[in-house]
Amino acid sequence: MADSYYDPADLRKFGNITEWSEELGNKFFDYYGKVFEEGALSAREKSLIALAVAHVVKCPYCIDAYTKDGLQKGITKEEMMEAVHAGAAIESGATLVHGVQMMNKYNKLSM
Amino acid sequence: MASKSLKARQNSLVLDNKQLKILEGGVFENGELPYFKDKIAQIGQFPLRPKKLEILQINVGYMCNQVCEHCHVDAGPDRKEIMTRETMEQCLEVIRNTAAHTLDLTGGAPEMNPNFRWFVEEAAKAGVNDFIVRSNLTIIRANKKYYDLPEFFKKYNIHVISSMPHYTRGKTDKQRGEGVFDKSIKALRELNAVGYGMPDSPLRLDLVYNPSGAFLPGDQSALERDFKKALMEDFEIRFHNLFAITNLPIARFLDYLMASGNYEDYMYSLVEAYNPSAVENVMCTNTISVSWDGWLYDCDFNQMLGLKVASKIKHIKDYNEEMLTERNIIVSQHCYGCTAGAGSSCQGAVT
Repeated sequence: MADSYYDPADLRKFGNITEWSEELGNKFFDYYGKVFEEGALSAREKSLIALAVAHVVKCPYCIDAYTKDGLQKGITKEEMMEAVHAGAAIESGATLVHGVQMMNKYNKLSM
Repeated sequence: MASKSLKARQNSLVLDNKQLKILEGGVFENGELPYFKDKIAQIGQFPLRPKKLEILQINVGYMCNQVCEHCHVDAGPDRKEIMTRETMEQCLEVIRNTAAHTLDLTGGAPEMNPNFRWFVEEAAKAGVNDFIVRSNLTIIRANKKYYDLPEFFKKYNIHVISSMPHYTRGKTDKQRGEGVFDKSIKALRELNAVGYGMPDSPLRLDLVYNPSGAFLPGDQSALERDFKKALMEDFEIRFHNLFAITNLPIARFLDYLMASGNYEDYMYSLVEAYNPSAVENVMCTNTISVSWDGWLYDCDFNQMLGLKVASKIKHIKDYNEEMLTERNIIVSQHCYGCTAGAGSSCQGAVT
């Protein structure tokens, strides 16, 4: 048992989740694999979306995985950082848009 | 960026051939990852056997004008291993009689062998179907004496296969050295100018993509699409096919993996990406590799590991295609590099 959370070596063991719930595990990995295939969006575009989301949900495993995936797909570091900013902008926007609620409440309560 | 080969730096990895010990030990020895031979035994492919010989690949020397970080040959300006005219004569004798349809010259920079042009002229007379020269592109711009190479290649209908790690300057120069990108672009333009790589042109120009780091190449056709679009839009450069080649953990790439702490992860990636259907067409099953001093190997990688063919016929002077076809191919854990994903060979993906 590791004495800290998030051991990078655990990422290799992701597939093991199927061992304790085979049907659901398999369904998840089938779905996951299908999602990232070439479709109306290219696999390259999906990889950048995954990288942005990985940052927003702050998943270190996903960040490692999709940085490597991006390199494999020939994605440049400039493209990767722009994707992270797109995620960050939505995340900060999601916070800031609540400012309207704050303003509404403030105005309602104020004379 | 290193400016000398591992050999010139007296690096023990290549001097004492510690590479095989590393590939046989560690995560494989302790059972974390399976040995390659056990993996292919599961599909009845061990021992791995050659099929009909199609490609004769000749390494005419390890001297090169570049010192690329990932080079499995450990090539560079300081390497003095150069094929002699006498060994070339022995190769020509084989080229004239072989059933192989493809002749593939590699190095180092093959053009730096002083007898390169003579050898090409003589080999071309033998009527080879597909005559490949693996040119690193910058050699064409390295010195005045090489400026006419595009015309020379054209004269002998040479199929040019060139390395291009990325369509951006930064990535290319990081792997291959400062200025390599600009020189490569100039060389590609010159090849285009004489007709190489143009649509429908019989003058074949293919590019080789190697990942610039500890990761595997992505989908070859998607990369080809990206390279074609970027090189066309930015530089009006055309080429035919892109071959995505996996870096094998040998020589300078192995040294890089060890020094950067990426070795184990990289081996995990290779084993995870193992594709049994790629085993069928690995290049060692249709290729013989000849070293600068005439020894025979299953592939260029085994050549760099010093693993001569497991046959009574070990040297080009004794060449016998029939006897060579009866050999078993020598495998170790580097072979996972050729069976990962869509498979990898000197001609790109194999599935």
